[in-house]
Amino acid sequence: MHAPTSTFPQRVSIAIHDKRLQAALDHASGGFVTKRAAQVAALPEFEALRERARSVKEHVLAHLDTYLLRYEEQVTRQGGHVHWASTAEEAREIVLGICRKVNAKTVTKGKSMVSEEIGLNDALEAAGCEVIETDLGEYIIQLAHEPPSHIIVPAVHKTRAQVGDLFDEHHRPLGYTKHLTEVSEMVNEARQVLRGHYFRADVGITGGNFLIAETGSSIIVTNEGNGDLTQTLARVHIVTSGIERVVPTLDDAVTFLRLLARSATGQETETYTTVSTGPRRAGDLDGPQEYHVVLVDNGRSKMLGGPFREMLRCIRCGACLNHCPVYTSIGGHAYGWVYPGPMGSVLTPLINGIDKAYDLPNACTLNGRCQTVCPVKIPLPGLLRELRRQQFEGGLTPAPIRFGLKAWAFLARRPRLYHFKMRIGIALLSRFARGRAALTWLPLAGGWTDTRDLPAPQGRTFQQAWSARKGARP
Amino acid sequence: MTSAGTGRDQVLASIRQSLGRTGPDARTLVPLAGTGPRPSFDGDPVERFVAKMLEKSATLVRIASLADVGPAVARFVASVGAGRSLCVSNALAAIAWPAELEIEHRAAVRADETSVTPCFAAVAESGGIVTLSGPDTPSTLNFVPDNHIVVVHASQVVRHFEDIWTQWRASGRPMPRTVNIISGPSRTADIEQTIQLGAHGPRRLHLLLVAG
Repeated sequence: MHAPTSTFPQRVSIAIHDKRLQAALDHASGGFVTKRAAQVAALPEFEALRERARSVKEHVLAHLDTYLLRYEEQVTRQGGHVHWASTAEEAREIVLGICRKVNAKTVTKGKSMVSEEIGLNDALEAAGCEVIETDLGEYIIQLAHEPPSHIIVPAVHKTRAQVGDLFDEHHRPLGYTKHLTEVSEMVNEARQVLRGHYFRADVGITGGNFLIAETGSSIIVTNEGNGDLTQTLARVHIVTSGIERVVPTLDDAVTFLRLLARSATGQETETYTTVSTGPRRAGDLDGPQEYHVVLVDNGRSKMLGGPFREMLRCIRCGACLNHCPVYTSIGGHAYGWVYPGPMGSVLTPLINGIDKAYDLPNACTLNGRCQTVCPVKIPLPGLLRELRRQQFEGGLTPAPIRFGLKAWAFLARRPRLYHFKMRIGIALLSRFARGRAALTWLPLAGGWTDTRDLPAPQGRTFQQAWSARKGARP
Repeated sequence: MTSAGTGRDQVLASIRQSLGRTGPDARTLVPLAGTGPRPSFDGDPVERFVAKMLEKSATLVRIASLADVGPAVARFVASVGAGRSLCVSNALAAIAWPAELEIEHRAAVRADETSVTPCFAAVAESGGIVTLSGPDTPSTLNFVPDNHIVVVHASQVVRHFEDIWTQWRASGRPMPRTVNIISGPSRTADIEQTIQLGAHGPRRLHLLLVAG
């Protein structure tokens, strides 16, 4: 992984003061939320689909080795190759090995979060390959040398003016000299530039939204058709996918497909759903000559055995990002790695180490919207709480917070003392407020009141008010 | 490849350890009972298919029989100002093509403007045509040209996505390299969430719906 050079609070501060980013985030998140809600309202079976999807994933996870072996057997039967990578490094080595074997110079790529996770582009470029991202959003951030800021719309943080400038810089040497201001012109220019790459690519790499044990197939969904051109026109097709993506049958995949587009972009279905099984058949006029699948573990099998198992149900739809008040305020880059938002705050510490991403599980208000919209019902707030607990147990929580938590625990276990202290505290604050509705400054708590006001207590504690109310009722 | 072999053993061992086993599951795998819910809808599936495809920016004309395919294709090509050369699936070779069109049966190349293909099925649920790749139906025809014309028979329309797999299993055909489910022309919203058609795949998806 790239170790970020700044801290999470520094990145958050930059993001919150970035007016262009804030405008882009406001524009994007509202649209996704509204469109998703409309799709859910139009499908009475949505809740039943979520429940079925949850059960299918739980069933697969309980038999993960068996399903992966079935899948491998079918891929092999269809003339494909399955490679197993227990770490990101192994995954990169496997892909590089295939590329070397076929003497690959040019590699086109459809969108794949696993390839981001394993840092594949840098490794391919270091090995001398030209790598071209073909999803328009991924292409834009590749030109900008940035990581994705959203798992579904990777360039969501870029304005059209920024894209116009990037195209000026990178397309001018190719003979495209007109400065573009309209989205339609930009899409068209990218289409022309990328067409050339598809046809000369040696290797095409895509992700895999679902792997089908029944048939040995991999499924991708796109709106642009870039994944299809990538995998059909290259000599060799490589699928990079997490081991948790296997589902038993084509019918099961349909359950997830019904949830994925609606949850992700608020579409009824994506434009292209593509089921790929093995390489070009005898007599076929097109298609890749080789078909490889790289199954990436990278910490997933460890998650299977502990309290984070439910995270392995994730289908990477991004709904939790779109509905998260923290993500929609700070964007994806502040999270510091490839997976942002609630799902990223769980995955990043689990994949990179719980000590490497202290802030992420704590940058959550536990409001629960992510869990409410998750198509596979992952209890994200619960998993984030569990990470906080493990951080505390592992001694990673900073001393002032540990002290505060311990002090609170001491009091909370002693109700009489707690109530006594609370009465004093509330009375003091109330006097300090002297009739004001909110306190803008508190002695010894300037760090807290610098950025927010504390509503002034009205004189009695909740417990006192409650007792009085009970007393007043017969 | 030895490194792949080690990776495989490691991944499987780690999964089994997490599942509390040391070796393969001794029990026979019992598939999960039940099936996923299917969206219910009333009315004629063909009409729903048509409505859903139009919603997703495809265009469609209804024709009486395969004999009308040639003239309908000629009219479409003229209406969008595309050239007269067409890359056509070999599965449609028996069609009487108008003399003004130049027909070639092959995989698509970059210069191709328009393709014509059959489909294996069409889905009413949320709209989609389904193609299977094969010697007569190269999948580049679905993605490379600017205009993709698809001949759909009304009798090919199924209600739900699961019905595609049922039909495929019943056909006795081996799994093709690619099954494409296509629900409209290529699109992107990657720049400022502005929907733009014709991102990488076809700019237009034109359906010829043959009665019966």
